[in-house]
Amino acid sequence: MLRRTLLLGLCRGPLGRGLGTHRGGSILDRDGKMSEIKKKIQSILPGGDWNPLYDTSHLPPESSDVVIVGGGVLGLSVAYWLKKLEKPRGAIRVLVVERDHTYSRASTVLSVGGIRQQFSVPENVQLSLFSIDFLRNINEYLAVADDPPLDIQFNPSGYLLLASEKGAAIMENNVKVQRQEGAKVCLMSPEQLRNKFPWINTEGVALASYGMEHEGWFDPWCLLQGLRRKVQSMGVLFCHGEVTRFMSSSNLMKTASGEEVNLKRIHEVHVKIDQSLEYQPVECAIVINAAGAWSGQVAELAGIGKGPPGTLQGTKLPVELRKRYVYLWHCPQGPGLETPFVIDPSGTYFRREGLGHNYLGGCSPTEEEEPDPGNLEVDHDFFQDRVWPPLAQRVPAFETLKVRSAWAGYYDYNTFDQNGVVGPHPLVINMYFATGFSGHGLQQAPAVGRAVAEMVLEGHFQTINLSSFLFSRFYSGEKVQEHNII
Amino acid sequence: MAAPKASLHLVAPVWNGGTRGIGGLSRVVAPEGNQKKGRSLLQFLADRFYDVEALRDHLLRKRVSKVHQKNRPFNHINQRYGPYVAGAYFILKQGGAVRFQGREWIRPNQRGHFSLDFLKLQAVPVEAVDASGCAINYQGLDSLLALKELQSLWLQRCPHVDDWCLSRLHPLASSLQELSLAGCPRVSERGLACLHHLWNLRRLDISDLPAVSSPGLTRILVEEMLPSCEVLGADWAQGLKLGPEEQPRDTAGPIPA
Repeated sequence: MLRRTLLLGLCRGPLGRGLGTHRGGSILDRDGKMSEIKKKIQSILPGGDWNPLYDTSHLPPESSDVVIVGGGVLGLSVAYWLKKLEKPRGAIRVLVVERDHTYSRASTVLSVGGIRQQFSVPENVQLSLFSIDFLRNINEYLAVADDPPLDIQFNPSGYLLLASEKGAAIMENNVKVQRQEGAKVCLMSPEQLRNKFPWINTEGVALASYGMEHEGWFDPWCLLQGLRRKVQSMGVLFCHGEVTRFMSSSNLMKTASGEEVNLKRIHEVHVKIDQSLEYQPVECAIVINAAGAWSGQVAELAGIGKGPPGTLQGTKLPVELRKRYVYLWHCPQGPGLETPFVIDPSGTYFRREGLGHNYLGGCSPTEEEEPDPGNLEVDHDFFQDRVWPPLAQRVPAFETLKVRSAWAGYYDYNTFDQNGVVGPHPLVINMYFATGFSGHGLQQAPAVGRAVAEMVLEGHFQTINLSSFLFSRFYSGEKVQEHNII
Repeated sequence: MAAPKASLHLVAPVWNGGTRGIGGLSRVVAPEGNQKKGRSLLQFLADRFYDVEALRDHLLRKRVSKVHQKNRPFNHINQRYGPYVAGAYFILKQGGAVRFQGREWIRPNQRGHFSLDFLKLQAVPVEAVDASGCAINYQGLDSLLALKELQSLWLQRCPHVDDWCLSRLHPLASSLQELSLAGCPRVSERGLACLHHLWNLRRLDISDLPAVSSPGLTRILVEEMLPSCEVLGADWAQGLKLGPEEQPRDTAGPIPA
């Protein structure tokens, strides 16, 4: 009653008295103050987000059904599929927590952006096949009303993997598996290779596998922005903060065989706001660890790996930060428009970038020469010593080139078997993983997001069976080794 | 990430459908200025009413599903008459023209009707396909790729042919000699890069592609990529600007040698 009269009185004040009845500046001043007062009253009225103590609009909500730690392409993909597959619409509240809102160190945007089906594990081939389908129909999946359609600038130039004598049999086997799953890959002899790509030096190459369709490279930033835009339109909340703590409770339970296990359940996620001491405890039902290269640290916060070694409690999440360099060089005599994404048997790779005879490439260092992942500084000597010699040997035109720029990014490297970790943890029952893809996370993100969403909503994988990618393989020791890692 | 010009394509036809639905606005296929006014009226209403927005989205979805429907494969014809006849029927249904080996061009008439005489040509391969202006897309290419002896393929001004479609053309590599992509709004230089599979190609027309960023340079690179092919495209000097000392002499074109 009092509020209503107050509102009416203030609103009608200047209007009731008429426009011409005040001197010069006083009407403006009155309007300025009046709009402020009006805003304050509107926020007090039900529906506004007024907190009597202080403003909390920059904090995440107090509770959320699903909290996704990490706002890169995997985290956003999980958020998208959760909102797309949920029944009924609007049933689940999803919060994405990302501490780096410029994505300056995120693996997604620093990646070279390639997508291929040439893997040795059949599940990886299926994941890539669905992802390329997603990318082709991206404007049907990620359409937002009134926004322009996305152009991910896909180059369908294919991947060319070269194998030496030693690796030829494995490559043949891999190609058989890939073709069984539906990938369009063909094998080429050195003779055919020379005919098709005359700029290649086929010395040391026994066999090559070439992807004819569904392979190439695209712009990861566009995919990220498209996902972000769509996911925001579907009602997912974003928070710019860092997860510092998990509050959980444990229950001692007995398995069917009488063994005692300590099952943990995360109740709250403490999200600390950037450059501030403030934090918000977010009550949640499910936590998804999609923190990429930092997933190991997030898992440790949840107590994964704290136990006697050799037991399930003591099995850590073996995902580490690994630094990788990418170099951009210019070579005017280099290979032309038909250049695919070439991967040498030595592990060096390169691809064409644009129309101006620029190329992107790099090499994964061996275990001994792993650079320190503390910062993202580029080591140019690495190019001189480890990348350039095999490149110049494989493509003689690259003997004269000029490095234009370089950058470094992180791999979320799975030290166990270089394949992703997907699904719930056996002991921390409401933490799901979507990480550890060791350099091929971007190209599998749409499919992995769908798999994790199915796991969360249905309890089992429905479309692609990723049960061999569960966490329990770290304890049981069953490696799903992916051989074609670059 | 520039928005491709195809977005305008999607909006203008929706306006046409929308006017018929809303009923109050102009029924004639209006010239450009009127179309823009009509489009902004629909936009204005859609920004303010959920119903109008839902209607607009429904019309857009109907448009997309119409294209999908047009590109469905004719499996029963394929099983009964073989891949050549099925492919020919598909093209003729879309409004294109087909030429069997040793015969004349078969085209549908003004109303879209065509004679079914070709149904008896089960063993005769299709040599040339003229799908200019047809709504053929990635799915629709299934029917075309079954034509193993296709020599000449014209895809001029097809609104839904894009880079993904070009990457699918490699099964025709051994027979395809002529390909025309002139005026396709969605083809860019990235799709042209995968034309190097077509080693038998003798004539390639890549003129007037609005999505290609540098047409002159692209033409040179495609010529280098396909050495035995004659490439019709933008003039290499088209994008060049006259130097300061040469400008007063000739403003019509580049300096003659």
